[in-house]
Amino acid sequence: MAEVALMKGNEVVAEAAIRYGCDGYFGYPITPQSEIMETLMIRKPWEETGMVVLQAESELASINMVYGGASSGKRVMTSSSSPGISLMQEGLTYMAAAELPCLVVNVMRGGPGLGTIGPSQGDYFQAVKGGGHGDYNLIVLAPASVQEMNDFVGLGFDLAFKYRTPVMMLVDGIVGQMMEKVTLGEFKPRWTKEQIEQNAPWALTGKKTGAPAKYITSCFLDLSQLERVNEHLQAKYKVMKEQEVRFVNNDCDDADIVIVAYGSVARICRKVAQLAREEGIKVGVLRPITLFPFPTVELQRLAAMGKKFISVELSAGQMVEDVRLAVGNDVKFYGRTGGIVPTPEEILEQIKKMV
Amino acid sequence: MEVNEMIKPENLVVGRTSVLKECPMHYCPGCTHGVVHKLIAEVVEEMGIQDSTIGVCPVGCSVFMYNYMDVDMAEAAHGRAPAVATAISRLNPDKYVFTYQGDGDMASIGCAEIMHACNRGENIVVIFINNAIYGMTGGQMAPTTLLGQITATTPYGREPKLHGYPLQITELIAQLPGTCYVTRQSADTPAAIRKTKAAIKKAFMNTRRGVGTSYVEVVGTCASGWKLSPENANEWMRQNMFEKYPVGDLKDI
Ligand SMILES: Cc1ncc(C[n+]2csc(CCOP(=O)(O)OP(=O)(O)O)c2C)c(N)n1
Repeated sequence: MAEVALMKGNEVVAEAAIRYGCDGYFGYPITPQSEIMETLMIRKPWEETGMVVLQAESELASINMVYGGASSGKRVMTSSSSPGISLMQEGLTYMAAAELPCLVVNVMRGGPGLGTIGPSQGDYFQAVKGGGHGDYNLIVLAPASVQEMNDFVGLGFDLAFKYRTPVMMLVDGIVGQMMEKVTLGEFKPRWTKEQIEQNAPWALTGKKTGAPAKYITSCFLDLSQLERVNEHLQAKYKVMKEQEVRFVNNDCDDADIVIVAYGSVARICRKVAQLAREEGIKVGVLRPITLFPFPTVELQRLAAMGKKFISVELSAGQMVEDVRLAVGNDVKFYGRTGGIVPTPEEILEQIKKMV
Repeated sequence: MEVNEMIKPENLVVGRTSVLKECPMHYCPGCTHGVVHKLIAEVVEEMGIQDSTIGVCPVGCSVFMYNYMDVDMAEAAHGRAPAVATAISRLNPDKYVFTYQGDGDMASIGCAEIMHACNRGENIVVIFINNAIYGMTGGQMAPTTLLGQITATTPYGREPKLHGYPLQITELIAQLPGTCYVTRQSADTPAAIRKTKAAIKKAFMNTRRGVGTSYVEVVGTCASGWKLSPENANEWMRQNMFEKYPVGDLKDI
């Protein structure tokens, strides 16, 4: 029987990691996600599954530990919040270039700068457009519930290894902090040495007699070689765009107005849609689950049906740019910043202006 | 005896270790990196640990160390090798894990990572090449640049008021309870090279004991960066560097 629990989003990430056979977690405390490492330290998975949990000296060190663990084919992760994720950008671009898989959880807080610990979606650009230097993308998963925070740990690791790429779970502080009922996953053992060699033949596992030594690098001084590396990365992103787009379409097909929103905001917007329909305005909610790759095709399908669009965000207008790229400039935007969350009523006011 | 009669495998007194790949190195004449690469490779061969060694390269002139060493290696971001090695070692406790870093990489941008890896006592070997300059980027000041030393960014000589003091990072690292072996060696004479090799071997042997971080500094030359001939660079090192960076063991437990 599946195990059901009442848990915080952050706590469930820790539990899901242990249950999914994660090999190592490396992190540095920052609100609003410190419960992830705290839960792991209380759970002591090193006694149970052999999973390594280490409090690093900084986020720079955390992500480079993740780089090291991933180099040896291990399923490794870190978590942080906005200022810490900024420090991790160096490691992330190196990992994207060296094609190393990992899971990074960003429980976003209000920025820019040190900002506030209130919830935010202000790191959308940073997460979705690469974030560090050079041409690369992360796969970005946006959970809207504690259940999805649980589920996306496993999905994140699977996608990371499938595409040899860092995956980011981009969460707003509300989903990270709220408690909900969650069905936990089954326990999966960590990969054995043989499984690592099978699933990650590129990994550093020690030179084998007769085979050349392996190396992991992101340094390609020869210009045409680096261009080939870039072309290879772009080809991977193209496949992701074709095969990995995930979204939820809530009553958009019969709606006149489509709200595009992700994370906790999408849940608020479901309420908005209900209130609007009670007043005779047909509203649907399109919730991207993958922010990269973005549900461009689905938005274009809805646009071809003549619908109006509004992007609602806990940011100053970031995702709206991707919606506009998909359906054209005529997209309305409404957002709050600074850690403030809009009420259904104030969003409804905006919808009414569109009728 | 004719010369040709002497050229036989059984008469060979020095061989090339198979742990170094058969390819030319890109290092300048007189550079210490190639010598130390060879020493590490010889130690790995002698200990029979080629299949269980994982190295971490720095950013610096030795960024392409993986092209020369025939062991599995990861290339780290500038200064981060100790963090990368931490995870490799913790997740693969059966492996011999080493980092190889220059003074800019380890003592400047990666100062936090090396201090904390050593303070945690990670079961890794750290090889630190101190040539008192940033070789790769064209000879700028390093944290270990001597007072008065002319570099591309201290064209009138390093002056404490402007540029701070030479950093004796090895002395700091020897203070950390996580380290079990901290030594400073050089590679300017055959005798010194033999001592350096013995130190590297001891450091790798310590991995088996699992009693903390082993750290070997090698005071080295950068003839190109110092704008000296290889021979004069060696002499300059002896005259100037050994006073600030004296050779010998700082800690051995
Ligand atoms: C983040 C970052 N900053 C700066 C550089 C440029 N850079 C490359 S190597 C180097 C210094 C290397 O000097 P050192 O560690 O002493 O090694 P050496 O080249 O002398 O062997 C610098 C500053 C870089 N690659 N990455």
